[in-house]
Amino acid sequence: MKKRLLIKNETMPVIPHYIVFQYSEIRKEWVLNAPERTLYPCKIAVEVLKKCNGNLSIEKIAEELATLYKAPVKKICKDIKVMLQDLADKGFLECQTN
Amino acid sequence: MPDKLIIPERTYTEAPMAILAELTHRCPLSCGYCSNPLELVKKNSELTTDEWLDVIDQAAAMGIYQIHFSGGEPTLREDLEIMVEHADKKKLYCNLITSGVLLTRKRLEKLQKLGVRHVQLSLQDSDSKNAERIGNYKGSLEKKIEVAEWLRELKIPLTINAVMHRQNLHNLEDIIQLSVDLDAHRIEIANVQFYGWALKNRAAFMPTKKQALASKTLVDKLIKKLKGIIIFDYVLPDYYAKKPKSCMFGWGRQSVNVTPEGFILPCGAAETIKSLKFENIRDEKLAWIWEHSSAFNMYRGTDWMPEPCKSCDHREIDWGGCRCQALALTGDVNAVDPTCELSPFHEKIFGSASEESSKEAPKFVYRKPTNKEVEPDRRNVSYAKKEHIS
Repeated sequence: MKKRLLIKNETMPVIPHYIVFQYSEIRKEWVLNAPERTLYPCKIAVEVLKKCNGNLSIEKIAEELATLYKAPVKKICKDIKVMLQDLADKGFLECQTN
Repeated sequence: MPDKLIIPERTYTEAPMAILAELTHRCPLSCGYCSNPLELVKKNSELTTDEWLDVIDQAAAMGIYQIHFSGGEPTLREDLEIMVEHADKKKLYCNLITSGVLLTRKRLEKLQKLGVRHVQLSLQDSDSKNAERIGNYKGSLEKKIEVAEWLRELKIPLTINAVMHRQNLHNLEDIIQLSVDLDAHRIEIANVQFYGWALKNRAAFMPTKKQALASKTLVDKLIKKLKGIIIFDYVLPDYYAKKPKSCMFGWGRQSVNVTPEGFILPCGAAETIKSLKFENIRDEKLAWIWEHSSAFNMYRGTDWMPEPCKSCDHREIDWGGCRCQALALTGDVNAVDPTCELSPFHEKIFGSASEESSKEAPKFVYRKPTNKEVEPDRRNVSYAKKEHIS
């Protein structure tokens, strides 16, 4: 039986091979295509997802976004954990080491 | 940063998000609850490979994101691989909706290589004998489990589509457990929709009210318990609901169906509405049909709605429910969906479902070409009496 992926500061999230995160030239938008679901990430979520490559921890992603958006790292870390936990619970996110 | 970073689903759409390609009506199973039309499309009337490839091109050009290869049984089309490869090249996300019984590991591997990213497997029951009896296919459960294991090995996400009704609801917990054991990504607990052939056998498949309510309690409990492990798609059976389902997330709003012979429909059962004229892809372009077809525009949005729908707070949640159901149960396609408690027909429909299901389950008739009558399973279950799932 699978285990629930819990998103922690040290988790290095990755978008699974069967999820397609792509930019639609026709609709001019980013989408996340998953089994029988299409999600539409907002601009900031797109930046988060671009960093979900399996090599960056949540802490590291938050640091990079804090620099980019000139925002407090703690707040960003908290927000992206909520967002990525929701995605993980829907099976849209994986992690090699949890 | 905003509180919510992901918008989970979109409701407005200028073009459909998904296209359901019903490649064929042919099927090795003969389920009595088949929702395909009474008159099935014959093989020689099906769209050709080139016609389907053109449909795929048109869908991609419109910005459609997902394609569902379905049927009947889509693996009966020997050109399925050609279509999958083409759809993937056009950046359509490919879902395969199958009974699985004709698949080999080799073919599955090939389909994955060509672009299938997700497979939805139907399940008749977790009880092998009952599964065989319901679908009229020997060894179907064992075959489906084998396919699910291949999917796990190949790391292809799996959705179990468990079609639930009076004759298998007592096994719902086992079916969910089996799905978890098979590492399914999602489970759709799909209550039988009484359209097409299924309507003939309604009394045999209509769940009792107790079954329906007990299944809801069970699913609500398991959704919490299995969070992050398996995703549930579940709604109460229509006949016992108080609000209608948002059929197809609204008529002509998000998705489009292509029948085996090329008719473009807002939903799979729409052809039961004889007052509507449906266009064919052999005559018109998909984008034109989506935008201009009188059938698509007839029930799109909220302007068409009768009262009390028109002024209801739910009008942009359920989009007036299901037109096919309104027609089938009230005789008026423009009526309030009788699933809604505000419909004047609601009590009558609810009452007839309760009454129908309180009697001993009658025989049901297999889908063509068999048309054989099937006795209720009398091993240890009287469906009228065994109302509790464990």
